[in-house]
Amino acid sequence: MASNFSRILSSKQRIGVLTFVGGSVTAGFLLHRQHVGAAAPVRRSYPASADYPDLRKHNNCMASSLTPAIYAKLCDKATPNGYTLDLAIQTGVDNPGHPFIKTVGMVAGDEESYEVFSDLLDPIIKERHNGYDPSTMKHPTDLDASKIHSGNFDPRYVLSSRVRTGRSIRGLSLPPACTRAERREVERVVVDALAGLHGDLDGKYYSLTQMTDGEQQQLIDDHFLFDKPVSPLLTCAGMARDWPDARGIWHNNEKTFLVWVNEEDHTRVISMEKGGNMKRVFERFCKGLLEVERLIQERGWEFMWNERLGYVLTCPSNLGTGLRAGVHVKLPLLSKDPRLSKILDNLRLQKRGTGGVDTAAVGGVFDISNLDRLGLSEVQLVQTVVDGVNYLIECEKRLEKGQDIKVPPPPLKQFK
Amino acid sequence: MPFGDAHNQVKMKFSSEEEYPDLSNQHNNHMAKYLTPAMYRQLRERATPNGFTVDGVIQTGVDNPGHPFIMTVGCVAGDEETYEVFKELLDPVIEDRHGGYKPSDKHKTDLTSSNLKGGDDLDPDYVLSSRVRTGRSVRGFCLPPHCSRGERRAVEKLSIEALASLSGDLNGKYYALKNMTDAEQQQLIDDHFLFDKPVSPLLLSSGMGRDWPDARGIWHNDNKTFLVWVNEEDHLRVISMQKGGNMKEVFNRFCTGLTKIETLFKERNHAFMWNEHLGYVLTCPSNLGTGLRAGVHVKLPNMSKNAKFEEVLKKLRLQKRGTGGVDTAAVGGVFDISNADRLGFSEVELVQMVVDGVKLLVEMEKKLEKGQSIDDIMPAQK
Repeated sequence: MASNFSRILSSKQRIGVLTFVGGSVTAGFLLHRQHVGAAAPVRRSYPASADYPDLRKHNNCMASSLTPAIYAKLCDKATPNGYTLDLAIQTGVDNPGHPFIKTVGMVAGDEESYEVFSDLLDPIIKERHNGYDPSTMKHPTDLDASKIHSGNFDPRYVLSSRVRTGRSIRGLSLPPACTRAERREVERVVVDALAGLHGDLDGKYYSLTQMTDGEQQQLIDDHFLFDKPVSPLLTCAGMARDWPDARGIWHNNEKTFLVWVNEEDHTRVISMEKGGNMKRVFERFCKGLLEVERLIQERGWEFMWNERLGYVLTCPSNLGTGLRAGVHVKLPLLSKDPRLSKILDNLRLQKRGTGGVDTAAVGGVFDISNLDRLGLSEVQLVQTVVDGVNYLIECEKRLEKGQDIKVPPPPLKQFK
Repeated sequence: MPFGDAHNQVKMKFSSEEEYPDLSNQHNNHMAKYLTPAMYRQLRERATPNGFTVDGVIQTGVDNPGHPFIMTVGCVAGDEETYEVFKELLDPVIEDRHGGYKPSDKHKTDLTSSNLKGGDDLDPDYVLSSRVRTGRSVRGFCLPPHCSRGERRAVEKLSIEALASLSGDLNGKYYALKNMTDAEQQQLIDDHFLFDKPVSPLLLSSGMGRDWPDARGIWHNDNKTFLVWVNEEDHLRVISMQKGGNMKEVFNRFCTGLTKIETLFKERNHAFMWNEHLGYVLTCPSNLGTGLRAGVHVKLPNMSKNAKFEEVLKKLRLQKRGTGGVDTAAVGGVFDISNADRLGFSEVELVQMVVDGVKLLVEMEKKLEKGQSIDDIMPAQK
């Protein structure tokens, strides 16, 4: 139970509960940007200059922002849990990146990382999130799915629809830093809450350490099973420690709502179904998320959230909404059109192969999803995907009839 | 510093039972065998002066359950003091791994190569190459699982200075992994000298791959018979090798080179980690004592098919590997044969076992070639 564990709600934070208004909810507590008490300085036997990493061949956001001066300033700081800068940047030091794909190169070990190391994380967030400035801006949260319009796509083109995000449990360290006991507590809190879901969300939890061979095969066939991370981006950050202890998968009986426990984040929440009814997918997503939040709050827990960063997750790229809303869509003619990239850019969408990130498209079927995560609300991002996919389908239909298509105008500059 | 280390205080908020690792799922390594909940409760209160904790020691064994047939060690040292501070765990691991070596036993070091008898006449028609390797750690610095970038660079700098002072047939050159040219890299690959970033999860889980390739490098002499790896799995790995069967010459060069390097370090006020119980202190408990593996690549196509092959090796205190090194298969009947022991025997004693043992194996091979039996020359248990 929660009473066995100390949670971080110190007197330094002013806490305000935002009111629920009908279906419009901004969940979570205000964490005003006060100075978070850091732990005692880290004892170092070498000066900062001797420990500064060699980043000359590196191409990631951390390497772009970590000057020797910032390193010297932050290298002896630690969060109250003892998480240090060297731990946070290890993944970016070990993985120089790709000339064309700029990875983030840094993770958070706990909620306070985003405060204690803000001199480094704020510029990284700004670069990654299109100019969003965490020191001055506020992130809007909106999980009212009723606001979505035109969210039911032509099923001749859209094969499946999916929305995912992540949630972290306040007071417990994140996957790069968590102890085994903390990780097990995350599992207990989340599984306990999920057991309270009913109706179309009634479901079951499958612990990775205890599932039977039959259960494992079924989860593989359903494409639900996640495996131990092999990507060095994740393993270098320490996220695979103690695998598979306290990891598991929960899904509802209808197999349309899925929660991953203790993979790259405390939880990853996924709503999905075959076909093009994105609105219904998002409705279930919001309903499920809000219900889980209510259930953990009943037990004295809450999600990590604040008004400058939104929902706090392990990777800075997933801050804000942590939301990726996407479809698998057939666009064989458009896929051959040289204007496709520009069209997607202007619609603030990205394409991936149907195997997910870093895979190729097969048979003209693409995974199309939102580019943005932070600075725009869930409703705004899903509407962006809805509008964009509708536009792409229109283009495909026009090309089928031999008509020409237009590149849409670029969006207004967002945060500059 | 590996993960989980920086916040021992956070862990202490939770009970020992809540933090104890789950070792029930097919874990088969020495750490899992000995780390009881009671021992974990006792050890988690401690840290070495450098801040290395029991979770740092055991992380690799928690993450890598092991193999039903091959018992891995499952723990590492982050500094010299680890072997003292966590002795309740490491002593039984050492005893199990090193054939009953007790906490009260003393280890003998003998690097006087003239004490080796014979070893210069292994038949080159069968023995294709001879090699001796060991490791050394520089006292006062943390070991690869725990060192900071500054420490690792300091070890590299000291090593470069010491090695630059070698002369004669030990005159050589250092190639830093991050600075080498494409041509240098290709040459080192062709010579089979280049080591790559570890991919084994046994090593990566303990944090040894951090900051790669910073402060890693390879030094070798101009003759390409003496090689030093810097900051791979240990501070230094020292290798002497050459084609053919003259193990005596290989061992001579090994001892001369090592002794010179040790002298050069001492001139700079740095000693190697060594004590009279554990001998040379290295990262993995399996490499304590001498840290020495002396081996040959030898053609034994008939012997390897003989039913008594394993038994002979066991009696001679030797082990076989494929010619790609540990965990590889033999190709074309050519085996890597080396000493099985590391601790509790001196360097001379171990190389003697290899020399005498390989001589016997070649003799057996020749007999089998002629269709003769080997029963009358079966060895006694060493």
